[in-house]
Amino acid sequence: MPSGDGFSLSNWPLFRQLKQRDLFGLEQTAASPRTEALTARTASADRIVPSICPYCAVGCGQLVYVKNEKIIDIEGDPASPISRGCLCPKGAATFQLVTGSHRVQHVLYRRPHGKEWETVPLEQAVDMVAERVKRTRDETWEGTDEEGHPVRRTMGIAHLGGATLDNEENYLIKKLFTALGIVQIENQARV
Amino acid sequence: MAECHPVGFRWVMEARERGATIIHVDPRFTRTSAVANIHVPIRAGSDIAFLGGIVRYIIENERYFRDYVVHYTNAPAIVSAEFQDTEDLDGLFGGWDEETGQYHKKAWRYEGADPEPAAGVKESDEEGQPIQHNPFQAGHSDPTLQHPRCVFQILKRHFSRYTPEMVEQTCGIPKSLFLKVAETLCRNSGRERTSAFCYAVGWTQHSMGVQYIRTAAIVQLLLGNIGRPGGGILALRGHASIQGSTDIPTLYNLLPGYLPMPKAKQDKDLATYLARNTSPSGWWGEFPKYFVSLLKAWFGEAATKENGWCYDYLPALTGDHSHMNTVVNMADGGVKGYFVMGENPVVGSMNGPLHRKGLRQLEWLVVRDFSVTETADFWRDAPEIERGEIRTEDIGTEVFFFPAAAHVEKDGAFTNTQRLLQWHYKSVEPPGDAASELDFIYKLGLRLKKLYAEEYGQPRNRPIRDVTWDYPLEGPKREPKAEAVLREINGYTVADGKPVEGFTSLQDDGSTACGCWIYSGCYRDGHNMAARRKPHWEQNWVAPEWAWAWPHNRRLLYNRASADPEGKPWSDRKKLVWWDQEKGEWVGYDTPDFIVKRPPWFHPSKDACGKDTIGGTDPFVMQADGKGWLYAATGLQDGPLPVHYEPQESVVKNPLYGQQCNPERVEWWRKDNPYHRAYDDPRFPYVITTYRLTEHHTAGAMSRWLSWLSELQPEMFCEVSPELAAERGLKNGGWATIRTMRAEIEARVLVTGRMRPLRIKGRLVHQIGLPYHWSTKGLARGDAANDLIGFVADPNVSIQESKAFTGAIEPGRKSRRRSAAISGPPVREIDPKRWQRDLPPARRKPESQHSFKAGESKKEH
Ligand code: SF4
Repeated sequence: MPSGDGFSLSNWPLFRQLKQRDLFGLEQTAASPRTEALTARTASADRIVPSICPYCAVGCGQLVYVKNEKIIDIEGDPASPISRGCLCPKGAATFQLVTGSHRVQHVLYRRPHGKEWETVPLEQAVDMVAERVKRTRDETWEGTDEEGHPVRRTMGIAHLGGATLDNEENYLIKKLFTALGIVQIENQARV
Repeated sequence: MAECHPVGFRWVMEARERGATIIHVDPRFTRTSAVANIHVPIRAGSDIAFLGGIVRYIIENERYFRDYVVHYTNAPAIVSAEFQDTEDLDGLFGGWDEETGQYHKKAWRYEGADPEPAAGVKESDEEGQPIQHNPFQAGHSDPTLQHPRCVFQILKRHFSRYTPEMVEQTCGIPKSLFLKVAETLCRNSGRERTSAFCYAVGWTQHSMGVQYIRTAAIVQLLLGNIGRPGGGILALRGHASIQGSTDIPTLYNLLPGYLPMPKAKQDKDLATYLARNTSPSGWWGEFPKYFVSLLKAWFGEAATKENGWCYDYLPALTGDHSHMNTVVNMADGGVKGYFVMGENPVVGSMNGPLHRKGLRQLEWLVVRDFSVTETADFWRDAPEIERGEIRTEDIGTEVFFFPAAAHVEKDGAFTNTQRLLQWHYKSVEPPGDAASELDFIYKLGLRLKKLYAEEYGQPRNRPIRDVTWDYPLEGPKREPKAEAVLREINGYTVADGKPVEGFTSLQDDGSTACGCWIYSGCYRDGHNMAARRKPHWEQNWVAPEWAWAWPHNRRLLYNRASADPEGKPWSDRKKLVWWDQEKGEWVGYDTPDFIVKRPPWFHPSKDACGKDTIGGTDPFVMQADGKGWLYAATGLQDGPLPVHYEPQESVVKNPLYGQQCNPERVEWWRKDNPYHRAYDDPRFPYVITTYRLTEHHTAGAMSRWLSWLSELQPEMFCEVSPELAAERGLKNGGWATIRTMRAEIEARVLVTGRMRPLRIKGRLVHQIGLPYHWSTKGLARGDAANDLIGFVADPNVSIQESKAFTGAIEPGRKSRRRSAAISGPPVREIDPKRWQRDLPPARRKPESQHSFKAGESKKEH
């Protein structure tokens, strides 16, 4: 609405709308000098890192905007022939997925019969897991099956997961676990 | 597709803008149906009857693409005289063995030949006998398709009973609607046009899941829609790298690149393993090169010709060690330690209470995720704990939760649903102790090498000593370099460590190492091909320079079929790859998926072997005979042709055959996994199906904590039709309790005309829709739909049947969240003798380790 100070007819929105044939005031006439001075949050990024949506298997392209070593936004990548800049609601929520407060930052440990989680240092936790793998593997090792065929394995350890991981990660999981003699290795591809 | 793969669906919409017809077949009217030209409501679990009807329509009305069918499929092949069809045996094929409860697959073979299945004998061997190795020559074939035992005539007879009337009675699809679909599909196929099938993987989640896809393949081969632009059967998979985790499998039965894991009984040494898996004809003749290169990549210098490339470092299989068997093994105390990485099985897998029962028996559990999932917290946050049936302090499992790095905090490649390896870069360091799985596994491997260092004298520890584990480290946390792993996956020459150009460079003499032969070429010349991001506007519509597709950057598999037998495009409109006479090679918009210099007129010599047997008109190079298989003479457990069987739990008796269910289905007869009657169970009168929503992701760990998404889909609900709501007194917005023999859950009611009761043989069949994203954690919570579902599986790939089962519904919050696995069945048992699902010959079911191949057994756990 026009206000007392500095009112001029040419600045009056209705006049501008009529003049610029923008009857509903939804186009350029709606912009104030303030709007015009605004820039996208992404414009201030120090770098833009190419990425891929972590949700479904369409594989839409993402661009990760980083400022001061923090992610400030994640947007669709217009260059991708698959998605041409689009993301669906999940892909568009990736920023919250990776920066949200739900992300746990410490290793948690629940001792047998314990009622609460405790925190343990990362290095110690990996040591503990390695010891358990060795103990279980040694205790449950099968050299041959009931008919005497060599099987060289442990049925005491199993793994699940992979479809949300990278190929390189699946590769190392399969390689290490197979070398350990673990055969019950599975992921969402069958679930 | 609009719901689960929204951005993929934009291309469907674009096609519609250009005149394409979209047909949506789904029990529910969804966001996809809303923009489709035709919506076909179907009874969940009846898809083979529907597609079988289309096969019949194509054949009876002579709408098949004759030139394509004669030259590129096995339609002319003649099948052995001993073959007996389900037509002859009321729903069983010939070869049923009452003792083993399985088929003898030899009863289905071609006359005078034993073709190899696509990947050697890995899934088809029976009785531990190596399959006879005859290169398949089409010596016994009839290109006129008239011979009564040629595949085409067998197909015609087999599907003759799948009439439009039968489709209507089985699927609840009105005859006129069915005919409209069949005609639309036929009209849109041929030289000038192609049609595509798109499915999400719920389509495979049936006790005959593999045969669902096979039926679609038969339709597409008959119509000439495979290997051609705009054609195909497109599996739209649910996770960012679910394709990658199949190619580089975290799966029990495979090694990278679809090489089978050794089987204890059959593959006693390297020579036997190679002989059993090397196909005498077709591309699998190259098998030894890929296998030896894999062992070189894994065991490096230790792998020598003399020690069989460390073949005896590999563990061996003795049966089905897939997920559901693992869980049952766990519940029975056999599994002591369990790793779960980026998966939430107590919500995402069937019969969650049985999963938790398994977790309680473990000595230790390691979960890696962004936040504490229901799987990690099973010992204090679960219905049975809340109900006081189980006490936290009585659970002895030790649990480790490791925070995981997100995709933006690590380098690596996802393989998307179209086989495209796409690289994502690390943009920031992971927060706190969060680390990538790459880092975790690498460091765990180092620790184990150290722990075992003193015990390397024992043969069983040598694989740990010798497994190659030197990766360059980088960054402040000294993490392994993902590109170095990619280089190993790509393969290199052992002598100089140079990345190989592709799988054609691999050798079986130990001179090359390669972690996954089908990915070979993704790091050619030391360039990370998966990281290529040339904008689409700077290249042709195939966009070959965006990322990298396996194999060899071919975007459309079997694209030799896009040209006619002479090598000319079938039509200008559908041109993709063709023979260039001047250059003497195959050329086109896409990389040809064929031997580039092999001319269309090439005929293999009589004594040819391996890839030299691939003729110029054999587009399907991975098959032993180079043809698309309408009839699968080998490779499948449950029959060479698809057959409509009812799901394990159905509301109707099988309208087509006396045999009610897939006779080879896998069952788990246990008190913690009870089944309903095969049909007409008065306690469970409704069909239930489960599904996903745009706003959530599978088991919810990646979406239920996000306010932006939770706001859009805030809680668990069930979808019912106004008719069912009236019948059961359900109120929109009110509560309902849904019950099966496995469990009971509650959900808000959504009464909607989008759910439509179907009329089947004059009777109304109601279907209930349940999304399965929720459980006890996150901002948006609700009961887990998968708790309702029992363990039953397809015999070929052990996929669970989760998209069609039966149940009951009543108004109100009456669920006490009881489950069979803990509280006993929530509904009274009725005499299992009245449950017959099988014809008399198929009733005896021998037990395997934890499951039953099929049928009814008295043994209870
Ligand atoms: S943005 Fe949506 S459609 Fe695209 S990959 Fe992510 S989840 Fe799939």
